[in-house]
Amino acid sequence: MSATNVNGAAAGSTPPLREAASTSEPIKAIRLRHPWRVVFAVLLVAIFAIFVIDAAFRPAYDWPSVGKYLFDRRISMAALVTLELTVFSMVIAIILGVILAVMRLSPNPVVKAVAWFYLWIFRGTPVYVQLTIWGLISLIYTSIDIGLPFMTPWVSFSTNAALNTFTLAVIGLALNEAAYMAEIVRAGLLAVDKGQEEASVALGMSWSQTMTRVILPQSMRVIIPPTGNEVISMLKTTSLVTAVPFSLELFTRSRDISAETFNPIPLLIVASIWYLFFTSILMVGQYFLEKRFSRGVGDRQADKPEPGAGTGAITGVMPVVGAGQPTVIVPPKQNNPGTPGDGGAR
Amino acid sequence: MSDTTAGGVASADVPMVLAEQVTKSFGSHEVLKGITLEVKRGEVMCLVGPSGSGKSTFLRCINHLEVLSAGRLSVDGELIGYRESNGKLYEMAPKEAAKQRRDIGMVFQRFNLFPHMTALQNVMEAPLRVKGLPKAQVESTARELLARVGLADRADYYPAHLSGGQQQRVAIARALAMEPKLMLFDEPTSALDPELVGEVLDVMKGLAKEGMTMIVVTHEMGFAREVADSLVFMDAGVVVESGLPSEVLANPRHARTQAFLSKVL
Repeated sequence: MSATNVNGAAAGSTPPLREAASTSEPIKAIRLRHPWRVVFAVLLVAIFAIFVIDAAFRPAYDWPSVGKYLFDRRISMAALVTLELTVFSMVIAIILGVILAVMRLSPNPVVKAVAWFYLWIFRGTPVYVQLTIWGLISLIYTSIDIGLPFMTPWVSFSTNAALNTFTLAVIGLALNEAAYMAEIVRAGLLAVDKGQEEASVALGMSWSQTMTRVILPQSMRVIIPPTGNEVISMLKTTSLVTAVPFSLELFTRSRDISAETFNPIPLLIVASIWYLFFTSILMVGQYFLEKRFSRGVGDRQADKPEPGAGTGAITGVMPVVGAGQPTVIVPPKQNNPGTPGDGGAR
Repeated sequence: MSDTTAGGVASADVPMVLAEQVTKSFGSHEVLKGITLEVKRGEVMCLVGPSGSGKSTFLRCINHLEVLSAGRLSVDGELIGYRESNGKLYEMAPKEAAKQRRDIGMVFQRFNLFPHMTALQNVMEAPLRVKGLPKAQVESTARELLARVGLADRADYYPAHLSGGQQQRVAIARALAMEPKLMLFDEPTSALDPELVGEVLDVMKGLAKEGMTMIVVTHEMGFAREVADSLVFMDAGVVVESGLPSEVLANPRHARTQAFLSKVL
C-alpha cells in the first residue's frame, strides 16, 4: 500500500497499476540492533577457544595417537563393517516395515493382530537385550530343522554353522528397526487423503492395488524424512552389536585396540570422528532427499489454490516409475519445480 | 461407450438403479430414512437438497462405498454388496464388490485424481490394472477419452498443473475409461470456481445426450432443468418430492422444497 502515493502522480487519472509499484523506493530505516546477541556470541567463542587450546595441550587426549589410529587399517575396516551393518539392517528394516505397516492397516483382523504382536514384542524390549538373545540363539535352537513337527526333519543344520555373528547382528538390528519403520510408514499411509482410496476403490481396484499403486507412492514424501533420521540412528546403534557378540565394527574394534594400548581416550576420539564423518554425509543426503520430496507440494495452480486440496492433502507429484516398489528411496525424477509455500497463481 | 445397454440388452425393462427403503445410519444417527426410487436405463436423475440431507450418502451406497443398514439396492438387476440365494443374503467378498464397482463410474466433488500420475496415466490406470487390457489399446482409448473431454493437449500434465475444471474433466474421463453402465456424480462442480463450472457441465451434457445413465447430486438447477429427466428433492434423509425437473422447479408442492428452491434459484 505504501506504493500508491509514489506512483499516483505518474499514473494520472487511471488507478495505479501493480507493476508501477516497482518504481517505489525501498524503505531506508536504521535497523534494529541486537547488542546482546553479539556479546553472547563473543563470550561463547571465547569459551570454546579456551577449551580447544586447553584440549590441544592436554596430554590425556594424546593427539599423536589419534592421528596414528585414525587411518589405521583395523579402524578403517571396522568403519566399513559399521557401514555394512547399517545398510543391510536398514534395507531389511524398511522392507519389513512397509509390510508390517500395510498389515496393520489391513481390513483383515488376523493380519492386523500379527503386525500388532510383532510391534509389541520388538518395540517393547530393548535392542541391547534383543541382540544378546540373538547371540544366544544357537543355545536355544541348536539346529535349524525343516520338516513336519514331531517327525524326523528332512533337512537339518547346525545354527552355529548357518548363522555367523555378523548375520545375527544384522537380523537383530533389522527386526528391531522394522518395528519403528512400520510406525513411520503407517503415519505416511495415513497422511494420504481418504479420497484417494475411495477414488481407487470406486474404479474397481482391489485393496492391494490401491495400496501399491495409489497410497504407498504418495506416502513416500512423508516417509522419507524420518527414514533418513532412522538411518543416522541405526549407524550409531550398530555400536551395540558387541552384545551379540560381534566385535568387528567401529566401536568394539577401537575398544579392543585400546585394551592393548591401555590408552582408551584417543581411540574413542577416533571412533567418534568416523561416526561424525558418516552422519555428516547422511545428513547432507537427507537434506537433498527431503528437498526433493517436498517439491510439487503446494505447487503452482492454474486455478485457485483450494481445488489443489481437493486432490488430497498431498499434491506432491511423483512419477509412476517404481511406484509399485515400496522400497524405493532414491528420489525419482520430477518435472515440476517449485517449493512449498510458493503456491498460488503465477 | 454410447451403447449404454451393453451387457444388459436382454433386461432392457429392468431399471438401472432400484432402491427400496434404503436406510443408512452412522451410529445412532440415521442419515437415510428409507429411500425408494428408480432410475431407468438412459435416464439422467438430479438429486438436490440441502447439505446433510443424505444425497451424497445415498450416492455412495449405490457403489457400495457405504454399506446399507437396511433396505435393498440393485443396479441393473444385480443386488449391490450382497448375493441372494434361497432367500438368504450373503455378504460379498471384496473381489466381487470390486467387480460390481467396475461398471459404476463415480466422479467426486474434490476430483480425487491420483496426484502422482499424469492425466493420461490417471485415465489408463484402472483399465490396465483392473481389466488387464493391453497397454497400447488402453492408451489409445485413454487419449480418445481425453480428447472427448477437451483435454487432448493436457495428457502429460500432472493434476497439480491443471485447473479445477480440467481436473474434474480428467476425473470424468477416468471414470468413463472403465466403460461404466452408470455414472454417479457427487457434486461435481461444487469445488470449482464459478467460471470453470460450465466446462464440466458441458461434458456432462454431452454424456447425457449419448444416453448414459446418470445420477447427479448437484446444486446447479440450470443443469437439472436443461438436462435431467427427473429431479428428486431430498431433505433429512427422505425423498420429499420428485418428478419432472421443469415441474418440480416451477411448482414445488411441498413447503420444504419451496423453501429450499427460493434460496437456491
